Amino acid sequence: MSVRSTITSQFQQVAIEQERALAPLSDELKLVQSGLDSLSFAIIVARLEDALGIDPFNEAVEFPVTFGDFVRLYENFAK
Amino acid sequence: MRSDALCLWESITARGPPAGQLHGAHASIALAELAHSSVLGGRLEELRDATVLIAVKDQLTAALVLLELDGVARRMVLCTPDLAAEHFAGVIAASQAEACVHDALGSGGVALGLRTSIQAGPLLARSAPRGGAHRATEWVLLTSGTTGAPKLVLHTLASLTSALAGQPPPPQPLLWSTFYDIRRYGGLQIFLRALHAGSLVLSDPQESVVAFLARAAAAGITHISGTPSHWRKALMSGAVTQIAPRYVRLSGEIADQAVLDNLRAAFPEATVAHAFASTEAGVAFEVRDARAGFPAQLVGGTGPVELFVREETLRVRSPGTAQRYLGEGVESLRSADGSVDTGDRVEERDGRYYFAGRRGGVINVGGQKVHPEEVEAVINAHPWVRMSLVRARRNAITGALVTAEVVLAEEGSARGARPPAATLTRELTERCRGALAPHKVPALIRIVPSLEVSASGKLVRPDA
Repeated sequence: MSVRSTITSQFQQVAIEQERALAPLSDELKLVQSGLDSLSFAIIVARLEDALGIDPFNEAVEFPVTFGDFVRLYENFAK
Repeated sequence: MRSDALCLWESITARGPPAGQLHGAHASIALAELAHSSVLGGRLEELRDATVLIAVKDQLTAALVLLELDGVARRMVLCTPDLAAEHFAGVIAASQAEACVHDALGSGGVALGLRTSIQAGPLLARSAPRGGAHRATEWVLLTSGTTGAPKLVLHTLASLTSALAGQPPPPQPLLWSTFYDIRRYGGLQIFLRALHAGSLVLSDPQESVVAFLARAAAAGITHISGTPSHWRKALMSGAVTQIAPRYVRLSGEIADQAVLDNLRAAFPEATVAHAFASTEAGVAFEVRDARAGFPAQLVGGTGPVELFVREETLRVRSPGTAQRYLGEGVESLRSADGSVDTGDRVEERDGRYYFAGRRGGVINVGGQKVHPEEVEAVINAHPWVRMSLVRARRNAITGALVTAEVVLAEEGSARGARPPAATLTRELTERCRGALAPHKVPALIRIVPSLEVSASGKLVRPDA
């Protein structure tokens, strides 16, 4: 599974678990408008660390604003 | 027992020679033998009025040393058998120990720089009959501090036996056993009880829980105590049905409803009691209704043991409370009103107080507090869960997240086949979601083969 598809499925999974209405995931989608709260993001980041073995947020200087930023952060960190 | 006895030996012989026995893993001793024998090779006089470090590995030997030395030494320092070598110097300095009693397994006092060092046991040797008690000896117990160095807690025989004071001897001798080591407060309580009531089967760190229970069963124990972690381990061993106690006691950790229910199911004929006690606060109460928590009327009542709740935390003032911590620059054990802050948070619901975890053990998820124990109680209520550990996981978004490690119950004929791990973790998450606020629900649940239980029989909390 690609980094992008792993992230997409985690967003969808956590949204279901947290009973959040997830906005359609596009690169332009602003994370604040995604329907997820900070607890959801915290869970996504923890699960991605287990799935991908990386936690770019630990060292990120700039937090991603859009879903596209979020995916790129992980893709760039994974390289 | 008599509350005016000057020493332990006087107390247990007040009504004539004791009939009980002490059963170690490899030997048994009749208490009556101690009237004319010594485990110190007849060198007791060298320890008169001294502060003595009891650095004995073997538990039976330690029990005999305590019985011989109490009433003679000025102060006895009960080193736990797992006390790390690097802590001895600190313990000696804080207690002002001058002498040491060790056994073949322990290190001698000479190596520790003490003037007197006596090797105890392993066997009793005939000696002159015991003289009368000389003085009220101070008992010093070690309790694990958060930094790793032990704290030294000063008790007297009177404070250690306050929960027993005035109790008549049982009509029939009792045969006690405990998973605890008797150098720890929970074990020492059972040791003192057993000496006044009958006999005691001691545990052994080298022995498996199955072997220990087999030995306890062979001896025919009637009463047995341990921490909830000890009991979960025993329940997991599948060997608890070997014993048939009339009384089962839990102390030292929060007894949740699941472990109480499991013990009631395992021992339908027995009284299942959970006690609240700590090395500093002493024994505060015992609850015998096999329900988690304790009746609210215990708080604010009058009696020798006073309980009160301040800032949601349980405080105890009682004759069983320790006097103070030993050492320089140590914190005060009691507050100005004489009470001990237990650090255990309680919440009242429907006329009952429930333990809500340790103050300071809190996980902070984005500014919202989570007490690991409240989450563990929900997880532990699942029929396939034997024990769990809830802890913080560092997280860049919320500071921390709640995670859980879960040990499952063994498969057995009564339970049938165990569902797959994925099914169980999903069920646990659903349970937590139904019972807890979203930030308290573990973000990750891992099934693990075992959880670390410390030498004191408590679940090791790495974040604590």
